[in-house]
Amino acid sequence: MSAHAEHVNGELPHEPEKATLEGRNKVLGFWLFLGGEAVLFGTLFATFLALRHQNNEGPTAAELFSLPITAAATLILLVSSLTSVFAIQAMHRHNLEKLKLWLIVTVVLGLGFLGLEIYEFYEYVAHESFDMKTSAFSSSFYTLVGFHGAHVAFGVVWISLLIAQLFKKGLTFVTAPKVYVSAMYWHFIDVVWVFIFSVVYLLGKVG
Amino acid sequence: MAHAHAHSHSVKRYSGLMDWLTTVDHKKIGILYLIAGGLFFGIGGIEAILIRLQLIKPMNDLVSAQVFNELITMHGTTMIFLGVMPVIFALMNAVVPLQIGARDVAFPFLNSLGFWTFLFGGLLLNLSWIMGGAPDAGWTSYTPLSTTEYSSTHGVDFYTIGLQIAGLGTLIGGINFLATIITMRAPGMSFMRMPMFTWTSFITSAMILFAFPAITVGLVLLSFDRLLGANFFDVAAGGSPVLWQHIFWIFGHPEVYILILPAFGIISEVIPTFSRKRLFGYSSMVFATILIAFLGFMVWAHHMFTTGLGPVANALFAIATMLIAVPTGIKIFNWLFTMWGGQIRFTSANLFAIGFVPTFVMGGVTGVMLASAPADFQFHDTYFVVAHFHYVIVGGLVFGLFSGLHYWWPKMFGRMLNEPLGKWTFWTFAIGFHLTFFVQHFLGLLGMQRRIVSYLPNQNFDTLNFISTIGAILMGVGVLLFLANVVVTARKPSGVANDPWEDGRTLEWSIPSPPPEYNFKQIPLVRGLDAFWKEKMAGNKEMTPSEPLGPIHMPSPSILPFVMSLGLFIAGLGFMFSTEEFSNSFMSLIFNKYIVMIVGLVITFAAMIARSVFDDHGYHIETEELEGEGKA
Ligand code: HEM
Ligand SMILES: [Cu+2]
Repeated sequence: MSAHAEHVNGELPHEPEKATLEGRNKVLGFWLFLGGEAVLFGTLFATFLALRHQNNEGPTAAELFSLPITAAATLILLVSSLTSVFAIQAMHRHNLEKLKLWLIVTVVLGLGFLGLEIYEFYEYVAHESFDMKTSAFSSSFYTLVGFHGAHVAFGVVWISLLIAQLFKKGLTFVTAPKVYVSAMYWHFIDVVWVFIFSVVYLLGKVG
Repeated sequence: MAHAHAHSHSVKRYSGLMDWLTTVDHKKIGILYLIAGGLFFGIGGIEAILIRLQLIKPMNDLVSAQVFNELITMHGTTMIFLGVMPVIFALMNAVVPLQIGARDVAFPFLNSLGFWTFLFGGLLLNLSWIMGGAPDAGWTSYTPLSTTEYSSTHGVDFYTIGLQIAGLGTLIGGINFLATIITMRAPGMSFMRMPMFTWTSFITSAMILFAFPAITVGLVLLSFDRLLGANFFDVAAGGSPVLWQHIFWIFGHPEVYILILPAFGIISEVIPTFSRKRLFGYSSMVFATILIAFLGFMVWAHHMFTTGLGPVANALFAIATMLIAVPTGIKIFNWLFTMWGGQIRFTSANLFAIGFVPTFVMGGVTGVMLASAPADFQFHDTYFVVAHFHYVIVGGLVFGLFSGLHYWWPKMFGRMLNEPLGKWTFWTFAIGFHLTFFVQHFLGLLGMQRRIVSYLPNQNFDTLNFISTIGAILMGVGVLLFLANVVVTARKPSGVANDPWEDGRTLEWSIPSPPPEYNFKQIPLVRGLDAFWKEKMAGNKEMTPSEPLGPIHMPSPSILPFVMSLGLFIAGLGFMFSTEEFSNSFMSLIFNKYIVMIVGLVITFAAMIARSVFDDHGYHIETEELEGEGKA
C-alpha cells in the first residue's frame, strides 16, 4: 500500500489527506504528537501558575500587561484559525487556488501576531526592565509565552514551505496530508493561545 | 497493493557503513539500538564497578568525592536513559512489527530519526567526561544542588542538553510505535489478539508520549536557570526548588513503569513458549497493564514524602502507590499459573524469565514498604531505596531484557546463542545480583545513606559492603560471559529455522530468521490469539496469506535523520558553551555570539526542509524477485 504523487487530478477523493495509508498514518501520528505537546504546554502552564506571583520586586502582571494589544493579538490568531479552516474546506473541494490563497492569509495573520508579540517583549525589556532574569514570574512568563511564540514562528515557516510546494506540485496524495496536519498544528497553537490569554493576561490583570 | 509502475529506477541502495547510517528498516534500526544501548550499558557498568570498588572498605580513597559524585550521577543517568531504554527499543523494533504481521513501522523515517537523536544526545552527555567534568548532582539533578552555585562545571549542562536531545528521540520512537500498532496490524489481528509484548510496547509508548514532554520542560527550565540566568528554581528570586522535584517525578515515576512494562511483555512471551501453554489470564494481563500505566501517573509524590507536602498529600499518594501492587500481583499469579502444569523447558531465556518472577516480587514488596509514608521517613535516601530500585530495575527489567535477547536473538541474527554459555550468564549474573543488592537492604536499615563517598569503620557496614562489591564483580563476569557468547555466536554460520524454539506461538516465528527486508511476502491472516500456534495446531506449517503475491513498496534509505541529529548535537554544544569565557578570541566569537548554535540549528532545519520538499517515492520489490528469494 503506498502513496503516489502521480495521479490524474480528477481522481482525488473528497478527503485526499486520508486516501492513503501514509496519509492516515500522518494524521494519526500528528494527533499523538499533539497529545505530547499538550503535556508540554501543561507543564509550562503549571510552572507559570506556581510562580506567577513571585515578581521579586520587579513589575507585576497587573502593572505590566496591556489588554488592548493582547486582545488584538488574540483576535488576529483566532481569525487565522478560521482562515485555515477555509483553506482545508477549499482543499476538500479540490480548489487549489483558494487553498493557496487562504493559506497565504493565514501566514500573514501569523506574522502579524508575531509582530505584536515581538513588540510587546521589546517594550517590556527596553522600557519596563522586565526580562528573563528579573524574577521567577518573568522567567516563567517569557518561557511559556515564548514557547508559544516559537511554535507560531515554526508554523509560519512550515505553512509557507507548504504553499511553495502547492505552487510546484499542486494538490496530491502527498501534499494533502501535509496541509491537513499543518492546519491541525495551527489550531492547536491557537487553542494554547486562548489559554495563555486567559491564564496569563486576564488572570494577571485581575491579580 | 499492485501498482501500475514501479520506481526501481530511482532506488539508491547503499552498502557497508552508509547502509547503516541511512537505513530505515526497523530490523536494522533495532540492531543499531542494541549496539548503542550495549555500549552505554558497558560504560554505565564500568561506572558501577568503580562505585562499588570505592565502597569496598571504610574510608577508601580510590576516587575523590567529586569524581564519586560524577560516577553515581552518570551511572544512574546512563543506565536509565541510555542503557536500558535503547535495548527496550531494540527489541520493540526487532519484534513488534513482526508480531503484528506488518511489513514496516508507520514512520520508517522518523524511526531512524529517533535512533540518531537518541545516539547523539547520549554521546553529548558522555562527552562531559572529557570536556571539563561530568554532571555531579545525581540522576535526579535536584535543585539547588544542580544550579550554577553548587555545580559550577558544565556537567549539569551536558545533562540538561544531552537528555533533551536523547529524550526527543525517545518521544519520536514512542509516537512511531503507537501509530504502528494502531494502524499496521494484519487482517484479523484485533487488539485482543495482540501478543503481550506488543501490548506492553503499546502501553509503554503511550506512557512515553505523556511523560517525556514533562521532563523536557523540566530540563529546559533548568538549562534556562543555568545558562540564561532565569529564576525558576532560585529561591532568592522567588523560584521554587520543590517545583523541580514535582516536574522530575511526574516524569520519573511513569518512567520506571515505561521501563518495566516491556519486561512484563517479554516474560509473558517467554514463559508460555517454554511451558507449551497459552498465557494464563490474557485479558487480565492486558487490563493489569493498562491499570498500572494509569496509576503510574498519579503516584509521583511518593518520591517526595520527606519534602514536606503535608500529611494529607502523603496519605493520598501512599494509598495510590500501594494500589499498584494489585495489578502487579495479578501479573505475578498469571505467570505462575502459566507455568503450572506446563512442560517447562529451562532454556537460558526461560531461566531469566523464571528468575525474574521472585526477584521482581522482592522489589515490589520493598516498594510497598517504601510507600508507607511514615516508614519512608526512615528508609528515604538510604541504601534500602537503592536495594529496592535495583531489584525492580536489574532483577526485573534487566533480567527481562536478557531473557528477551536470548529468546529473539535467532530471529534478529539468524543464529542461536550458545545455550551452556547462556546458562552460565544467568547463574553468575543472578547470584552476583543478589549478593550485590540483597545486603543493601540491611545496610539501609542500619542507616547507611545513599550517595556517600565513604563511611567510618565499625558501624556494621564493613562486611556487607564488601559482599556487595564482590557481587558486583560477579555481575560484571556475567555480562562478559554474555559478550563472549555474542562473539562465539557471531562466528557460527547463519541460518536457523523459522521457528528455532519449535514452540513459537506468535507471528514472528512464521517467517525466516532473520526476516527478509519486507518481513512478510504475503501479509498473514490472523485467526486467533497466538496466531502461529493456532495454525500449527490445525496442522498447517505456514500462516494463511490474506493477499495475493504482489510487488511490495519499500521506503528509500535516507541520510537526513543522521544530519538532523548531528545539527541538534552541534546546536546543543553551542548553547552550552554560550556563556563560557574563552581565552581564545576565535572561540569566544563563535560560541558567545551563538554562531555555533545557529549553525547547528540551520543544519537541522535545512535537513527538515529537504525532507519536506523532496518527496520520497520509495521503490518496489517485484513479484519475480520475491519468488526468486522464496526458492533460494
Ligand atoms: C509495587 C510497585 C512499586 C512501589 C510500591 C514502589 C514504591 C517506591 C517508593 C515509595 C519509592 C521512594 C522511596 C524513597 O525515595 O524514599 C521508590 C523509589 C524508586 N523506585 Fe519504586 N516502587 C515500585 C516499583 C518500581 C519499579 C517497577 C521500578 C522500576 C522499574 C521502580 C523504580 C524505582 C526507583 C528508580 C526509585 C528511586 C528513585 C531515586 O530516588 O533515585 N519502582 N519506589
Ligand atoms: Cu516511583
